Amino acid sequence: MTQDPVYVTDALIAEDIEAYLETHQHKTMLRFITCGSVDDGKSTLIGRLLYDSKMIFEDQLAALEADSKKQGTQGQGIDFALLVDGLAAEREQGITIDVAYRFFTTEKRKFIVADTPGHEQYTRNMVTGASTADLAVILIDARKGVLTQTRRHSFLAHLIGIRNIVLAVNKMDLVDYSQSRFDEIVADYRAFAASIGIEGFTALPISGYMGDNITSLSPNMPWYQAPAYFGRSLMDHLETVEVGQAREVAQPFRMPVQWVNRPNLDFRGFAGLVASGSVKPGDAVRVLPSGKTSTVARIVTFDGDLDEAVAGQSITLTLADEIDCSRGDVLALADNPPQVADQFEAQVVWLSDAPLIPGRAYWLKSGTQMVSATVQAPKYTVNVNTMEHVAADTLELNAIGVAHVTTDRAITFEPYGENRTLGGFILIDKITNATVAAGMLQSALRRAENVHWQALDITRDARASAKTQRPAVLWFTGLSGSGKSTIANLVEKKLHALGKHTFLLDGDNVRHGLNKDLGFNEADRIENIRRVGEVARLMTDAGLIVLTAFISPFRAERELARSLIPDGEFFEVFVDTPLAVAESRDVKGLYKKAREGKIPNFTGISSPYEPPVAPEIRIDTTSISPEDAAELIVAKLLGDYWMPEI
Amino acid sequence: MGLCPIVAYPALNGAISVGSGRTFPKANPCHGATYHPGKFHLFACAARLGQGGHTMTIANRSPELSAQTLTHLERLEAESIHIIREVVAEAENPVMLYSVGKDSAVMLHLARKAFYPAPPPFPLLHVDTTWKFQAMYELRNQMAEMTGMELLVYHNPEAQERGINPFDHGALHTDMWKTEGLKQALDKYGFDAAFGGARRDEEKSRAKERIFSFRTSTHGWDPKNQRPELWNLYNARKNKGESIRVFPISNWTELDVWQYIHVNNIPIVPLYFADERPTVERDGMLLMVDDDRFPLREGEVPVMRSIRFRTLGCYPLTGAVESKAKTLPEVIQETLLTTTSERQGRAIDKDAGGAGMEVKKQQGYF
Repeated sequence: MTQDPVYVTDALIAEDIEAYLETHQHKTMLRFITCGSVDDGKSTLIGRLLYDSKMIFEDQLAALEADSKKQGTQGQGIDFALLVDGLAAEREQGITIDVAYRFFTTEKRKFIVADTPGHEQYTRNMVTGASTADLAVILIDARKGVLTQTRRHSFLAHLIGIRNIVLAVNKMDLVDYSQSRFDEIVADYRAFAASIGIEGFTALPISGYMGDNITSLSPNMPWYQAPAYFGRSLMDHLETVEVGQAREVAQPFRMPVQWVNRPNLDFRGFAGLVASGSVKPGDAVRVLPSGKTSTVARIVTFDGDLDEAVAGQSITLTLADEIDCSRGDVLALADNPPQVADQFEAQVVWLSDAPLIPGRAYWLKSGTQMVSATVQAPKYTVNVNTMEHVAADTLELNAIGVAHVTTDRAITFEPYGENRTLGGFILIDKITNATVAAGMLQSALRRAENVHWQALDITRDARASAKTQRPAVLWFTGLSGSGKSTIANLVEKKLHALGKHTFLLDGDNVRHGLNKDLGFNEADRIENIRRVGEVARLMTDAGLIVLTAFISPFRAERELARSLIPDGEFFEVFVDTPLAVAESRDVKGLYKKAREGKIPNFTGISSPYEPPVAPEIRIDTTSISPEDAAELIVAKLLGDYWMPEI
Repeated sequence: MGLCPIVAYPALNGAISVGSGRTFPKANPCHGATYHPGKFHLFACAARLGQGGHTMTIANRSPELSAQTLTHLERLEAESIHIIREVVAEAENPVMLYSVGKDSAVMLHLARKAFYPAPPPFPLLHVDTTWKFQAMYELRNQMAEMTGMELLVYHNPEAQERGINPFDHGALHTDMWKTEGLKQALDKYGFDAAFGGARRDEEKSRAKERIFSFRTSTHGWDPKNQRPELWNLYNARKNKGESIRVFPISNWTELDVWQYIHVNNIPIVPLYFADERPTVERDGMLLMVDDDRFPLREGEVPVMRSIRFRTLGCYPLTGAVESKAKTLPEVIQETLLTTTSERQGRAIDKDAGGAGMEVKKQQGYF
């Protein structure tokens, strides 16, 4: 430890605390990430920044000194990394395993640092840390130069849209503070950065361990102060670099509606965080996706009404007109609204151990919109080491790919490069509820304007009431040979006899026509069920009671089908026949063939069946005859479910 | 020292509802700067130095900052309000854990801002140990009244019955009243999302915790299996039996909290300010003799000292510091000049060595 901390406690604190508070009240904030390989010294650098800006208290320092002696890797010196590495497990392993957030403050700024891990399997944490950062510090070990990880982290920082990149060439003390070594590394990096579209970066030679060029210019590298170099310390740069907020404010006004505030009948406020632009009372605004317009009446806050609100503020707006507007809608500048679409090209970063299943429905959350969405097989993935485009059928953990995303209804969006809030999204697995992917919408493939819903004069209700029934879907699911088709046929006969208008969809009338292009691998089976679900939806729109009889082995696809049908109209019927029983029946001889390996992907044998968790109706075929089962289903439908008598 | 005020309530087990429920406040539209100065005379020092309560609006900004650049406090405030609104929009039955400390005070204030002019659409839950400072109970009840929010107070009936207390039972006291009490209260009311005032700068394991932090049905925390949290997109979907702890002020530091209290005139417990109080020195800590349940050891005589508290918990477990700081700026000044970190006054973090808090959290401590 050669240098004294530069950021000594401000004398103003002791002399005039109120003046000090006044100054600090008006500080700005910079959020940044540090990234590098395992031994590049990230934690040491952050520990050093905390130490030098007096963010380490005496008791913490005492504990740190004791810990350094016990576990430290720096001999008798202070191991700053121990201050930063939080969780017990990683303390033992000596590596950072997750995103950790650190805080320090100087006279000019408050800083939030995301410390992100360096090794390959944790790309997801780096993307997480980068998503809220204004700036990225890319650390390089001066002895090792530009490594694969350096390229990966730079690519990810650029992908997530960070415009301020700092190249910190660390451990300069271990290369004798060599100017030529620094020049060599910077030249290498410059060539790489240009190749992936990074327009500019700031390069500094530092030593986190020794404190060189961290808070003040180091006497060990006088050459760094020549005009050819940046010539300023890391802290100096972090304190003064332009935070890109002016850019958001200059864009047109957009605010995703988070919450409609209705304390009483006289007040209806739309609460949200302004994503871009600014807004004033009197501004004409448009509600997306409906397109309805109104005028801002007031900007209401706890501290009094505002004359203007800008990007980054959480506010509540009231409008001059009573128009439909709820959570998920976007309020935007009336004559410059964002687009509305339901098919996109997007960059997708896969964050889950379970790979993408193309065609499966996931929840997509963008701003305050939550919709069901499917992702097609990627057009390509990017090899983050070589930046090459690679063909792929799916996205595995930490893969980055470009793919088509389709939402089940049109959403309001802008390309991510223009607006992070309206272009960024996450995907959520419908069964596990895990966040499985992060994505960035790039462009609409088909604008909603072109497929605008035709306003129909004859409504769904009108068609149903002409048939004096309420539409419904009876979705039969179960193993091959469980008795789905048999029971469904009996149910349809009974409903028909009661004068109900029905239609049965099964393998015979679907696989030979609509879906004859599909095979039996997982992706095709999912697409098969998706189409059946869509057809069932159209038929319920026509007022029909639809029965479907498909194995439909995956919970997620059945949930997708359910999501297409209005609440209360979807009945999942689980025809529960144990595998041994179905196999012993083996009406079509399929189990025998499957056991002989002649049928690949056969449900129950070589492909899983995920039983329903909470089906509306469960039929145990080992204890009830098909006839009785059909009676039971009809009774349930007529009893539980309102169907007017003729 | 009188009795702990909690005994004044009709029932000691389970919950007690205080305050005017979820109705819209009539007389005083919940406005931070308009509370009656007489009623809240104890916070006079905070109010005196405020700048009229409108300091967070654009109009009151420093002239050097362009209207387009938000200050750090404005960015933090906007982020916290956004988080609180997301929870209310997506959770079925949210609650705010209210510990009456300064972080709770800020969190509650942010919640009021988030839903103004309505009161926050969820109740406050105080998981009480019956051993808090009297002044905390007073402020708690006043705040419930002022905000128009429902206040639920929960006591672990088993701890109550067995007379668990910090003098005789040590770590068991915290475990039963707080950790077990919290789990019981959340289960009893079926709350699926609970706001907490924890900050990432408090402690190393907190630094890695997500803003939306999931707990298993037994309230355990798995630090290795946290959902990635990108941008400000929070995934609040939970599996059966899971619940969420949400930390809206995760990104605030202790100084930010103080500064925000100062700028917004937020009422806080007067124990944060120095005053002459009866104390004894024990095991290297200065303890305040807050009521007559404090068993004095042989030879111990309470001594009046000018003290204040940097953090508030159960009075027998919370160490005071000797101080002359009677106003908020003086408190902030002392905080900045001091060289020991905030939680040092609390015995709880010293259990189980360096990984104490992480172990506690895995067991379900908030």
